[in-house]
Formats: sequence, C-alpha cells, structure tokens
Amino acid sequence: MICLGIEGTAHTIGVGVIEDIGKKCRVLSNIIKIYRPKQGGIHPREAANHHASYVADLIKESAEKAHVDFPDIDIISFSKGPGLGPCLRTAATAARALSLSLDKPIMGVNHCVAHLEIGRGILDECKDPVLLYTSGANTQVTAFAEGKYRVFGETLDIGIGNCLDKFGRNVGMEFPCGPQIEELARKGRNYLGLPYSIKGMDLAFSGLLTAAGQYYKRGERLEDICYSIQETTFAALTEVTERAMAHTEKNEVLLGGGVASNKRLRDMVQIMAKERDAHFFVPSKDLCIDNGAMIAWLGLLMYNSGIRMKVEDSFIDQRFRTDMVDVSWRD
Amino acid sequence: MTEKTILYRGAEAEICLSDYMGFKVVQKKRVRKAYRIKDIDDRLISFRTKEEVKLITGARLQGVSVPIIYDVDLEYGTITMEYIEGKRVKDILNELSEGERACICEKIGENIAKLHNNDIIHGDLTTSNMMLFDDCIYFIDFGLGEKNGEVESKGVDLHVLMEAIESTHSRHANCFDYVLGGYKKELKEDANLVVKKIEEIVKRGRYR
Repeated sequence: MICLGIEGTAHTIGVGVIEDIGKKCRVLSNIIKIYRPKQGGIHPREAANHHASYVADLIKESAEKAHVDFPDIDIISFSKGPGLGPCLRTAATAARALSLSLDKPIMGVNHCVAHLEIGRGILDECKDPVLLYTSGANTQVTAFAEGKYRVFGETLDIGIGNCLDKFGRNVGMEFPCGPQIEELARKGRNYLGLPYSIKGMDLAFSGLLTAAGQYYKRGERLEDICYSIQETTFAALTEVTERAMAHTEKNEVLLGGGVASNKRLRDMVQIMAKERDAHFFVPSKDLCIDNGAMIAWLGLLMYNSGIRMKVEDSFIDQRFRTDMVDVSWRD
Repeated sequence: MTEKTILYRGAEAEICLSDYMGFKVVQKKRVRKAYRIKDIDDRLISFRTKEEVKLITGARLQGVSVPIIYDVDLEYGTITMEYIEGKRVKDILNELSEGERACICEKIGENIAKLHNNDIIHGDLTTSNMMLFDDCIYFIDFGLGEKNGEVESKGVDLHVLMEAIESTHSRHANCFDYVLGGYKKELKEDANLVVKKIEEIVKRGRYR
C-alpha cells in the first residue's frame, strides 16, 4: 500500500509518500517548506497563506520524487490536529481535493501520535518506547498503555521550542532560534542558576524564560545564559522521561520533534538510557521535525486496522489531544 | 550499618533495605546522574534530600502516616527511615471491590487535605507513592514536595494525582471523585477553590 500524507499544523507544510513493507515503513519521498516570519512569532493566517501557495507544488514534487503515479496512491492522509486552525484547514483542504479527484480514501491523523509511530515504523528495534516529544508548541512524554498513547508528562505552560524561540527572539535571533542557542551554549562555561520546575512528571518553562531574560538584561554573557538554559531545561526533560520509563516499566526511549535535533539533548537522554540499560532511539532529522511522511505512515496504519473516514467527516481539530486516539492498530 | 539489598531502583533514587540499630530500615539514596552537570546535580540532590526530610517530619506532626526518619546525610543524599510493610496502592487498587476502592480513595483524599491544611505539597501524588498497611495509607517519596500555601500549588498537587489515576487506573477514573470527596471533608479552607483551580489547570494544559 502507498500513502501520501500532508502535514500542516504550524510553520511547516510537508508532503510525504511512504509504503509499507511488512510491518515497517519505507519513505519514498518527504519534502517540506517552512514559513519563516520576518519578525515576531508565527502569524496563523500568514502561515496558512504560505502553505496554500506551496502545497500543490509540493504534492506534485513528492509524487515525482517517489516515482509514484497518482493512480497508484492508495490513501490520502492529513494532519487533523492539534495545531493552528488556518494551517490545519489548508492541509485538510488539499487532502480532500486530492482524495476526491483521485477517488481514494482520506484519513485524518493525530500529529503527536504520528511522531511516535514514525519511530516505530522506521527503526527496527524500536517496539514499545516512551516518547519524549519536544517541539515548538509541544513538549510531552507519552507511552502506550491500556489502548491509548497516554500522556505521562507534559508542559504546563509553553513548549520547550517555544521557550527557546522566545528567549532567542528577545535577544535578537531569527527563527528558529534553537540551533543558534545550541551553538552559543557550546561556548558557555559558567552555569547561572535557573528555576528547575518539575511537578510530578509535568514541566513548566515560563519562570525560567523570565529569569534567563533578566540575566541578559543584567549583562551576563549570552553564551553562559544559553548554556544554562540548555543544561537546566534538558536535565528536566531527561528527568521526566526517566520517571515515565520507571513508572511504565518500559526500557526503550524514543526522541521526536524539532528540538530532538539538538545534540546536547540527544546526548543527555542517551546517557540516561545507558545508565538504566535501556535502548535509545532517534529517527533521522527529516523524520523528527514536522513532515508529511509520518502523517502518511500513521494514515496507513489506521487504514490497515480497519478505520475509515468519509470526506464529509474529515474535520480538523485544533485541540486534538494525544490521548483522544483509540490505538486500534496495536495489540 | 549492615549489608544492603536494593529493593527498588527508581528514576531518581535507590531504595535499599538495611538495618539501623536493630530496626529494619530503608535507605533512600539519591543517585548522581551523569547526564546533568555537577552544579545542577549537587543542587538537586542536597535540596531535595533536605526538603523531603522536612516535609516527612511535618506530615507526621499532622497525623499523616509516613515513615519515621532515623538519619540524614545531605552530602550523599541519603535518608534512613522506617521500613513500611504493606502494599503499593497502585498494585491493589484495580483489584478491589467498588466499595473498598471508594473507601481507600476517600482516605487518600482526607490525608492529602491534612497535608494541605498545613501547606505541605507532596509534589508527586501517584498511587505508586502510597502504601496500604494496617488500614492506614502511608505516604512516601516527598522528593518533589514543597512547603507552599497557595491554592495554585494545592491544585497542581491534586492534578498530578488526577492524571496518575487517569493513566494507571483508567478503568476506575471515578477514583479521583472519591479522593475529592474525602479531601472536601477534611480541608479547612474552602475546598471548592481548589477544585476550581484543578479545572483551571486542566484547561490551561495544551489542547483542552
């Protein structure tokens, strides 16, 4: 079976084509286009306009790259949520148009679940992981339990990526700020104390963001501030992930989301995994960040498990939580 | 001190069975984590050890069942305390009858209210951190706790338990209502303020 997936929850519009080989996923093509605001944060309408102007070309290009003719595509999948309404609607509209014109079934999928499933689909040994999903808007620790992907821990205020971006923006960096903060952090030497906020397995970053801003105003070295932000937030992320692993008694950990590209975060989670004899997994960067291939793969899994969706029911859901999905494709 | 057997290796600490002046004790030792820098590691280990001891002692003064503290070592992050015979609430809750479950959950709620009446925030209220022994609910692991009188903190404390019940005892999600029942009975201030706060915290979460 071949599935084409369209991702459009936030900054990224992406189209990917995948096929299933046994129980695993083979990515045939996966291309994205990212909306970069000239200043400030994401503007939903402008992001949606950006997506609308590129999505048709991306669909053509990804089919060509995959060497797939449109009639050979079996399923059209799209990101149903969570995300920004205008962006979601743009991706969904493209998916509906494609589904109707090709007369192929449509499938709306949960974006956060897609981040977890792509890891299981691509990486051979990754079977039942705890996922640390860190992106701009999302920061959650999820794992399979009693028929659903349960959220064991999540941010109580802002996502870690959002925290990094906001700090970066306030000191004059351009979006995305994560890679620049990572670069500066490498030159950091002095640790400046920052709030370390964990509530059970939940996290909060807004206090740290304020405190980091104050260090900047006070004239501390930017390198040291970046180093301290990374060390503090990533230690907290690693700690809640370890707590979730202990709580669920699982011995695999998987990373996903844009912030998973950060080498320091990867290293920390990997050391944690090693210390508790657990397996550590991280997909390649193009599958960690928002992308169409993961949407396609989850659409295919759902379709194969017997789930069907009519075009007239293919609503988007801005507040589509991870734990709202019945995971019928897993035992 | 004699031979040690490791009872449990948690995310943060090792729990060893040991002997202290003839008493059967557990030693909770916070382990160093190679993934975090020494500054953070030192700060977390000594701060959490000290806080935990203060909170356990405070809880005991309020008549909440907690282990007796025998010894503390801040440098090594070790607390030596009473060994509680008994079972984790996590392991038995799903097996009980509806009536028994309601009774235990109410008791949990009453005890949490006693803690909150004295501004003790447990910080990690899950059913793995409660033991049933002799018809008493023992609260263990105050490692993420704090002393705080704000409604916000009390709300967050209960919200953690609500999430734990939803994920670990999803078939008995009404457990949390029983907990709130007991909580309302025992809390001195207006419990509805805290309940409202929990609702607010739920909505504050992503995509609610």
